[in-house]
Order: sequence, then structure tokens, then C-alpha cells
Amino acid sequence: MTAPLHDTGAAETAAVDVTAGAPARAIEGRSPWRIAWIRLKRDKLALAGGVVVLLLILVAVFAPLIVDLLGHPPNEFHEEEIDPLFSVPKGSWGGINSDFLLGVEPRNGRDVFSRIVYGARVSLLVAFLAAVVAVVLGTLFGIVAGFFGGWVDTVVSRLMDLLLAFPQLLFIIALVSVVPDSLWGLTGSGVRMGVLIVVIGFFGWPYIGRIVRGQTLSLREREYVEAARSLGAGRGYILLRELLPNLVAPITVYTTLMIPTNVLTEAALSFLGTGVKPPTASWGDMLSRAVDHYEADPLYMIIPGLAIFVTVLAFNLFGDGVRDALDPKGSR
Amino acid sequence: MSIPEQQTAGGPEPILRVKGLVKHFPITKGLLRRQIGAVQAVDGLTFDVLAGETLGVVGESGCGKSTMGRLITRLLEPTGGTVEFQGKDITHLGVAGMRPMRRDVQMIFQDPYSSLNPRHTVGTIVGAPFRLQGIKPEGGVKKEVQRLLGLVGLNPEHYNRYPHEFSGGQRQRIGIARALALNPKLVVADEPVSALDVSIQAQVVNLLDDLQTELGLTYVIIAHDLSVIRHVSDRIAVMYLGKLVELTDRSSLYTRPMHPYTKALLSAVPVPDPGRRTKRERILLKGDVPSPISPPSGCRFHTRCWKATEVCSSQEPPLVALEPGHQVACHHPESVPEPAPATA
Ligand SMILES: Nc1ncnc2c1ncn2[C@@H]1O[C@H](COP(=O)(O)OP(=O)(O)O)[C@@H](O)[C@H]1O
Ligand code: SF4
Ligand SMILES: [Mg+2]
Repeated sequence: MTAPLHDTGAAETAAVDVTAGAPARAIEGRSPWRIAWIRLKRDKLALAGGVVVLLLILVAVFAPLIVDLLGHPPNEFHEEEIDPLFSVPKGSWGGINSDFLLGVEPRNGRDVFSRIVYGARVSLLVAFLAAVVAVVLGTLFGIVAGFFGGWVDTVVSRLMDLLLAFPQLLFIIALVSVVPDSLWGLTGSGVRMGVLIVVIGFFGWPYIGRIVRGQTLSLREREYVEAARSLGAGRGYILLRELLPNLVAPITVYTTLMIPTNVLTEAALSFLGTGVKPPTASWGDMLSRAVDHYEADPLYMIIPGLAIFVTVLAFNLFGDGVRDALDPKGSR
Repeated sequence: MSIPEQQTAGGPEPILRVKGLVKHFPITKGLLRRQIGAVQAVDGLTFDVLAGETLGVVGESGCGKSTMGRLITRLLEPTGGTVEFQGKDITHLGVAGMRPMRRDVQMIFQDPYSSLNPRHTVGTIVGAPFRLQGIKPEGGVKKEVQRLLGLVGLNPEHYNRYPHEFSGGQRQRIGIARALALNPKLVVADEPVSALDVSIQAQVVNLLDDLQTELGLTYVIIAHDLSVIRHVSDRIAVMYLGKLVELTDRSSLYTRPMHPYTKALLSAVPVPDPGRRTKRERILLKGDVPSPISPPSGCRFHTRCWKATEVCSSQEPPLVALEPGHQVACHHPESVPEPAPATA
């Protein structure tokens, strides 16, 4: 790649090619996603978060297998592990021994390890699916409001304001108490989880919706949208081919950051008794049971608390890393 | 609605005819979006673009040049007036109606950073015209895109690269390749080099010039000062606050500008014309361009014009030909030929 720099005229067009920067061999372009990945790989904290997230997902998915190997069925009572006098686990560390890796529950002696593992299932399933509901609704409403503007935007924006101002926790508690025992072909805990997913997702979409609306509003003014229109593109093409690819990054970021919020909401609701139905294991439910025994058996409170803490922290670290990787200042 | 061809043989045919073109952007307020005013971005433009020529359009920023460009490429729908392309009225055609016309009328955009989608490869960007128009070029899209990249002076092997891997000037070349993909007849370039380094500007202007000769293109090139377009334009239209104030061929504009605003613009061109005997005095316009929401009465330039009189603020000067092919809108034009034929 040598340009005849002294040959005026021809040089002007030939010389500019050289300035692309990348070595001559690397003709394959570096996509924005690949660049983000390279950046993310350098962010150790985010990577650590990502690894923990991955482990949590594996634990949730393979819960039955893990419990089979290392624990006891989550709803099996082990009264033999309980001190009959004080109804707390025998032994000093909440009943931790080689058979019960994280000890047993006070009173009826269920395996804490198994319940934590199954609790991860509930927690992540509700958090993920609620995030999916929020993302689908938020993206749809946000993109429509931002792209079409006018009264559509006004209506959607006011609706989002309304939902964000809504006392959602109170509403969910009230709602759960009136939900029938079987719904949508589900029964028991399935119904509760379905309701939690739909309701948490429904109150979550305005957060995504606001981001997507704002982004769309600014993206639709980009000249590449006009360029597409000047080639005869219709609205569908512009929304799907020009705008959406540029929205995937912010949507990914805010989804990752929404999951820990959902984990906390689910835990809070289960703590208050409006989450999944017992005997299904959930971290919030374990915490609320631990309250009665925290002096005699503090470990039973610490373990589910730690599970929630680690989960939320891991998702937040990972989400922040993804955001920094995808959305650095000065990128266009 | 078809309007019969009015141009007879002799001179070059107008490829584009614009009559009384108006674009007002409504300003609305409140939930009910009550209209409380309008930005009169373009307010009555009449001009032709002749096949094969380069029409330069010049005026300060905010005077409605981009709006004019988006109206004639029908990215915007006019509020009034008509736009006729090759004898066909396209003023109010919808997306579907315009689609076949899009092959013939293309646009080059101002900001090379915003005009290329950062999530698409160069191949996707330059290949989009074929996909959108359902055209299968001979030898395939990839081959054709690579040919176009070569045509605009880029390495055809950079097909799979992303816009961020290119410099501003290279990006503008990508935009040019996209605009030329469908072999258009008319290309509207909205300030094609004003976002680029001065050192790159000439390269891109020269490229446009070469491509015109090679492909027989007709250009409307928009610029905010005369320095860029003075070498490439055959005729130049001067705009001020949504109106045409002067329209003539390049040489008469440079040698005999008649509108005071044109004189002021000319005096701001940095390099003095070596052919001129008298040294041009730099005319500094006082004040800013008034708001197009409530433009001045009469001649819109009267708030800044050193020749303004009573009549200027009360009566709007019509755009009339004071010489053959030299149209001016001014009550007190400069350098008018002796037997002033101002009987319009
Ligand atoms: N979509 C729009 N809505 C409202 N006002 C607009 C819009 N586009 C342009 N304008 C206004 O119209 C005027 C002319 O703008 P523009 O055509 O971009 O000028 P130029 O290209 O000469 O700088 C400006 O006052 C601008 O604010
Ligand atoms: S009409 Fe009057 S105000 Fe307008 S440009 Fe001419 S002299 Fe100046
Ligand atoms: Mg402009």
C-alpha cells in the first residue's frame, strides 16, 4: 500500500486509503459488538460478576441434579437434626456437617443447601421472565412513542409517568391476595410465579420504555434514517433495520441492570408472604422464617441473605461492565 | 396530474422544475397540539435545474437550504407549490409512489458521522439501495458494491469494515458511493464537505466533479458560503430566510452581483478573485439572521441591508430577470445594466 505522494492529483484519492489505520491483512471489520467484547474482557470486576452470574444460572438450571448429588430433597423433614428442646439445629454452626452442607432449617430440619439451590431457581426465573416482559413491553411502547411522536408519544409518556408513580409493592401485595389458586392452567406456586412475573414485568417496562423512547427520539434524527428513506425505505424497514440494531445495546444494558432489581422485588414479596407458595423454596421466604430464630441460629438468616446479596452484586457488576463496554463516551 | 413539457428544443431541458415551493413547520403547544405559529423555513422558491448542470445553492445557516434539499428529494412534503421531476409532478407522492423515483434522485448528506449507520458494514450500507429497490446487479451485490467503492477511491477490500474504522473524508466517500449505486440522474448534496477538514474538502469536491463528468450527473450542491461551490457550479442560487434573492450563472454572479446580500457573501470569500481590477471590500453584515418564525416584512433582508429604504420594509421585491438569465429580488439592485429593464 504505497501511494504516489508526489504525484499531485492522483495522490489525493489514492492517499486517503492508507489512513484506515488497521494493518493491511485485517480486512475483516471489527464490529461494535466485537469491540465491546474486547473492552469487557479487560474489565476484571465485570468478568467476575459475569462468572458468578453464569454459575448462578447453571445452579438454577441443574438444581435437581445438584441436590441429588450434594443434598437432600428440599422439602424433606429431618427432625433428627433438630434439638427437640429449643427446636434449633443440633451442633454449633446451624447444623452444618458433611451431610448438610449449609446446615438445616430450625424446627423441621429441611436441608438449607437444597433450599438455597432451589431458591435460586425461583429467584432467577421470576427475575429473568419479568425482565423479558418488561423488555418486550418497554421496547414496543418506547420505540413507537419515540418514532411516531405527536399524540402517541404524549399518551405513552404519560402512561409511563403514571406507572412509575404507582405504589407497585402495595398493589402487588393486594393483587396476590385475591388471585385464585389456579389460573392460566397453572396451580399453586406456578400461579404465584406467573403473577409475579407478569406484575413485576408490567411495572418494570416504563424504565426500559423511557430509555428506548429517548434513544429512538435521537436516533430517528440521524441522517442514516433519511438516507434509508431517500432510497425508498418504509417505516418497517427503518424501525427494524436502521433503528433496532442501535437499540440492542441500551436494551441489553438496562435488562442486565433490571434483573437484580427484580431479584430484590421477588425476595421482598416472598418475605412478606406474597411470593411463591410454601413449601416451594425461595430466599425471601427463608429470610422471613429466619427472623424468629436469628438469636439462636443466625446462620440461617445469613445464608439466604448472602445468596441475595451475591446475586444482586454479581448482576450489577456485570451490568455496569456491559454498559461501559457498549456505551463508552465519545462513541457514535 | 401531468403537466405538458413546456421547454422546447434548444437549451438543455430542465430535469427538475420547482414552482412556488413552500415549507412551513408548524409550532404547536400543549397537549392538544394547538398550532401557535410556523417556522417559515422555505417560502416560495421558483427555479429550474437543467440536465447536466451543477446548481449551487448558497446562504447562511438556517436560511432553509437543507429544507429545500429535502423538499426536492421529497424527504419532506411541501406545504405549497409544486416539484416536477422529468415532467412528473412529485409534490405529494407517498412513500410507495416515490419509490421508483428514488432511483433517479439521490442525496448526499452533510454529516458523515450521522449519515452511516454505525451497526452496518460498508457492504451493507452501499448495498442497501439494491436491496431496497429490489435490484439484482449483474455479478451480484457484493461485486457491484466493490466496484462502487473503487469508483469513489476506496479500497474495495474494505467491504466488511464498519464506518467507525474510516476517516471523515472516507465516510463521505462511502455516502457518495451509496448515492450513486442506483445510477441516479439528479444528486442533491447538502453541504457535502462542510463537516470535513479543510485539507480534505477539495478532494471530495474534486471527486464529485469527476463523477459528474464520468456519469453525466446533474447536481444541486448546497453550501453555506461561496468558497466551496464557486469552482464547480454552473449556476448559483443565493438564498436568504427561505427566499431566493439571486439566481444566475457563476460568472455573472462573481463579476456583477446585483443583490446586496450576494455582494456581502462574495466579500467574505477568503481568496480574492485575481481577475478583478478593483479590490473587493469586505462587507460585514450587522446582526444575525432574523428568526424564520416571524421574518421581517417586505424584503426579508432589510434589517441588515445598507441600501434599505422605506419601500424595502413595506413591499416584497419580486424575483425578476434584470438581464437574460440573471434573476434578482431587490428594489435597489447593484450593477444593473444601463437601460434598466425593470419592467416586470
Ligand atoms: N423538522 C423541522 N421542524 C421545525 N423546524 C425546522 C425543521 N427543520 C428545519 N427547521 C427550521 O427551518 C429553518 C431552516 O432550516 P434548514 O433548512 O436546516 O437551514 P439550513 O440548511 O440553511 O441551515 C431553521 O430555522 C430550522 O430551525
Ligand atoms: S430590497 Fe431593499 S432591503 Fe432588500 S436587498 Fe434590496 S435594497 Fe436591500
Ligand atoms: Mg443545512
